[in-house]
Amino acid sequence: MVVTEERVREALAEIPDPEIPVISLIDLGVVRDVAVTGVRVRVEFTPTFLGCPALEAMRSAMEEKIRALGAEPEIQVVLDDSWSTDRITPEGREKLRASGFAPPAPRQADAPTLVQLTAQVFRCPYCGSTETRLDNIFGPTPCRSIRYCESCRQPFEQFKTI
Amino acid sequence: MPASELLLELADDELVLGWRDSEWTGIAPILEEDVAFSSIAQNEIGHARAVYELAARELGTTADELAFDREPAEYRCAQLVELRFVPDWARTIARHVLYEAADEARVAALKASDDAEVAGLAAKIDREEAYHRIHAQMWAERLAGERRFQDAMEELWPYALGVLPEELRPALGERLGRPLVDAVERGEHTGQLAPLWEEMTMVRRSVPGATW
Repeated sequence: MVVTEERVREALAEIPDPEIPVISLIDLGVVRDVAVTGVRVRVEFTPTFLGCPALEAMRSAMEEKIRALGAEPEIQVVLDDSWSTDRITPEGREKLRASGFAPPAPRQADAPTLVQLTAQVFRCPYCGSTETRLDNIFGPTPCRSIRYCESCRQPFEQFKTI
Repeated sequence: MPASELLLELADDELVLGWRDSEWTGIAPILEEDVAFSSIAQNEIGHARAVYELAARELGTTADELAFDREPAEYRCAQLVELRFVPDWARTIARHVLYEAADEARVAALKASDDAEVAGLAAKIDREEAYHRIHAQMWAERLAGERRFQDAMEELWPYALGVLPEELRPALGERLGRPLVDAVERGEHTGQLAPLWEEMTMVRRSVPGATW
C-alpha cells in the first residue's frame, strides 16, 4: 500500500502522549510537519518542554509506527519558539479537560508573569468554576502546574502556557 | 569570543545547576518544593542538552561527550552554580533568585543573535525560564524580611555578577538594586565541582561507550 501523509498522520494519531495518555501526539500538536517522499517519511516535531523525559519515547514510538507502514522514518526535532501550546487541537483540549487537566491559556506575546498566573481566570476542569488559585507552578511533569478549586475543593492540573 | 564558547558557558551553567537543584529531590522543606526543584532541575538539564547539541555541531562532537567526557577543569560554568547548599534553604533560594535574573539577561541577548538557530532556541528556553523566574520571585517576596536570606543575597552577589559578561552586569545591578562589586569570574573552579563531576559522570566512566 502506498504511504501517504494522511496515513502517516492517522498512524501517529494512535500514539498516546507517554505522560498524559488521554491525548495523542497529533492532538497535542507537537507533530509540526509530515513529508512523504517515496518510502521516506520525514516528521518534524517539537517537545512541549526541552527537558521532557518523554522525548525519546515519543521519537521511538513515531519511528515504530512509520516502519509498520513499510516506510523509512526520519524524525527531525525542531527546538525553537515557533511551537506553542496554542497548537493543541480543539479535540485535544476537550480530551484534556474531560480527564481533569485544565487546557493551557492562550499564549501572550511575552512570557507569563506572576501577576498573570495569580490574576488571570483559570477554570476548574471538574465543576467549571473560575474560583481557583495557584497552588504550585510545578507539577508531576514540567508542562503542568497545580491549581486548587475553591468551589468544588478539588486540586487539578493546569497545562502551562508555552 | 567564538559562539561555541558562549554556548558552552550557558550549557555548563544549566547542567551543573540542574544537578545541584536535583539534590533537593526528596528532601526539600515541603512537598511542593520537592516537586518544584525537581522540575526546575529537569528543565535546566533539558536546556543544557539542547545547547550542547548546537555547540557540538560547531565543535564536531556530541552533546554527551561535551556533558560528560571533559575533565572538571575544562568546564566553563560559573562558580555560582557549583556551590553545594543542601540543606541550606536560604542560600538555595538566594542563588535561585540571582541566577534566574542573570540568566534572563543572558538569554535575552542570545534571542537577538544573528544565528537563527541560537535565537530560536533561546526564545524557547526563555518561555520555560519564565516559570523559574516566577517561582524565584514568589520566594524572594516570602523571604524578603529574613536575615539569613538577606545575608545569602549579599554573599552570593559577586558570584551572580560572574555569570554574565561584563557588558551585561550594570543592568543586572540596577535591576536588583545592588552595587557593582568585583565579580567572582569564570575560569577558576571551586573545590565543589570535582565531587559533583565524579558523581555526575560515574556511570559514563564505568562503562565507556555504552549506549542505552
